[in-house]
Amino acid sequence: MARAWVFGDDLDTDQMVPGRYAPFMVGQDKFHLYAFCDARPGFAKEVQPGDVLVGGENFGCGSSREYAVAALKKLGVGGIVAKSFARIFFRNCINLGIPVLESADAVGLARDGDQVTLDLAAGALRTPHGEAPLRPLAPFAQEILAAGGVVAYLRDHGDFPKVP
Amino acid sequence: MGGRLSTPRGPGGRAPRPKTLAEKILSRASGRDAHAGDLVIAPVSRVMVHDSVIDAVMAGLRDLGDRRVWDTSRVAVFIDHAAPAPTPVVADSHRILREWVREQGIATFYDAGEGVCHQIMVEEGYCEPGTVIVGSDSHSNSYGAVGAFGAGMGATDVAVALALGRTWLRVPESIKVTFAGKPRKGVTMKDAIMRVVREIGTDGARYASVEFHGVGSLPQGDRITLAGMTTEMGAKAGIVADTPEAPGWLFPDRGASYSNEVTVDLSTLEPQIAIPPRVDQVVDISEAIGQPVDIVFLGSCTNGRLVDMRQAASILRGRRIAPEVRLEVVPSSRRQFEDAMADGTLLALSAAGAVIGSSGCGPCLGRTGGVLAGNEICLSTANRNYRGRMGSPDAFIYIGSPYVAAVAALTGVIDDPRPYLEATEDELDALVARRRAERPGRGAASVRSGDRSRELMVAAARSGVAAEIDD
Repeated sequence: MARAWVFGDDLDTDQMVPGRYAPFMVGQDKFHLYAFCDARPGFAKEVQPGDVLVGGENFGCGSSREYAVAALKKLGVGGIVAKSFARIFFRNCINLGIPVLESADAVGLARDGDQVTLDLAAGALRTPHGEAPLRPLAPFAQEILAAGGVVAYLRDHGDFPKVP
Repeated sequence: MGGRLSTPRGPGGRAPRPKTLAEKILSRASGRDAHAGDLVIAPVSRVMVHDSVIDAVMAGLRDLGDRRVWDTSRVAVFIDHAAPAPTPVVADSHRILREWVREQGIATFYDAGEGVCHQIMVEEGYCEPGTVIVGSDSHSNSYGAVGAFGAGMGATDVAVALALGRTWLRVPESIKVTFAGKPRKGVTMKDAIMRVVREIGTDGARYASVEFHGVGSLPQGDRITLAGMTTEMGAKAGIVADTPEAPGWLFPDRGASYSNEVTVDLSTLEPQIAIPPRVDQVVDISEAIGQPVDIVFLGSCTNGRLVDMRQAASILRGRRIAPEVRLEVVPSSRRQFEDAMADGTLLALSAAGAVIGSSGCGPCLGRTGGVLAGNEICLSTANRNYRGRMGSPDAFIYIGSPYVAAVAALTGVIDDPRPYLEATEDELDALVARRRAERPGRGAASVRSGDRSRELMVAAARSGVAAEIDD
């Protein structure tokens, strides 16, 4: 079981890690401690490995800053389920190995603080208020995620997964 | 406007399926007949890397097995996001970046003060039209100003592109934006693109390519404003059709398929204002008149060019900004800086009370320059007004055109710039006095040092820029 952290629509990467706390402003060892420092004070202290972020439309919009995703990775976020994702953020998550899954229902079902289970194999987010089906990822993205990210994939295979 | 007929025929004499600009570029790059929804692996003609991501890019290359860049002549590196270095930590990161550039043998390196990556990429000709370019900054969409498929990506994607010279892309659907008519005086392409963002919303172009029709012959700077701000709608790319730079094959086919079509009549367009904290919360300026501001930022890849500074100067020349207001002007590149210096525009702006910053991103992203305090209200010509974007999360950022910025600096409130452009000197004095009197007391009146600059102001007023700014 994991805690659900529920957010709304259009959560931008400036909310995840404000530019003033970029790794190159505060150092590689500290930037993740500022995750959601303005939008959700206390998040970086309370989040536990495996916790799931749940959001609405356009999750992760705005700046391309990968350190927003790197901060979530460092904090052990186990997956993100949203109605839709901003494209750069989506790629960054796949590349760094955080499962990102679209679900029309999850944000309506999960309440902040709920204990939930992200079951990737079954393609569902289980919440105390019901189960939200997840849209399956493209095989290309699944292969990269399975390797733990694009760097690991390329190290193992030397090239991208085959495109259909 | 619109497409020409595509002449080549496919096998069996069947006409190939018509293509959008994005489909044409990605087909050509990937060597297959690619349409929206297809996944392609495409070579990149250039990779752009900027200072704030260098640590992660280097880590990516290291983790890939100590990879070197695939082609040192096709990589462009910039120090612009926090430049010159505002803190020792940033300075260290810049030093590491310079060592990496030298060690890799990358020739195309622009150090602090040369300008914003996107401005230089376009104006110095690093964007080959009709090719795929990966940039580490989200506004890499700007390269569509000259018909390139510029896509912003995160540091690991950039590291992979640097190592392989290739990237993977899902061929995007396209949204067709057509501009009709000519904007009235005091209305700019910034207003035009804000009108489009208002229409499409911050995620209305998610994963899509925004294709601009009817504006290919506009000056390059206007096209950068358009293409770059497609990022604010979630777009993967923003491409201007029918530019003078485009190769002969790069035109949208008649009958190409669009997921959405938007037409904006420029002839009736009003100046637009984005209300914090959303860039798609856009209103006609009449709904924002009287909103007080504390600081005005004129700059960024969106609006930091000579033409933007000249538009501001056309209102501020020979006058002083409101005593309680600060104005920061940051040219988008050294070329723009020097052009604005040579023609007296920067002198006029300085004499009006502006702080002139070194070329770069400036305070647009809150890392250097005049960052905002809590409760401060900024009018910015840049492209984002998220909470915390320019400093304190408790600051407020309104977005507008350079004309609007100049009027806000002059009066201390947001106002429609058009009457100021038409007014006689006496009418202008009255207009400014009235707006200043209406402004609630905020901040403190600053003495402007160097009042000897009366002569400079006169000199500036008489210098080359007497030329009409007629756009």
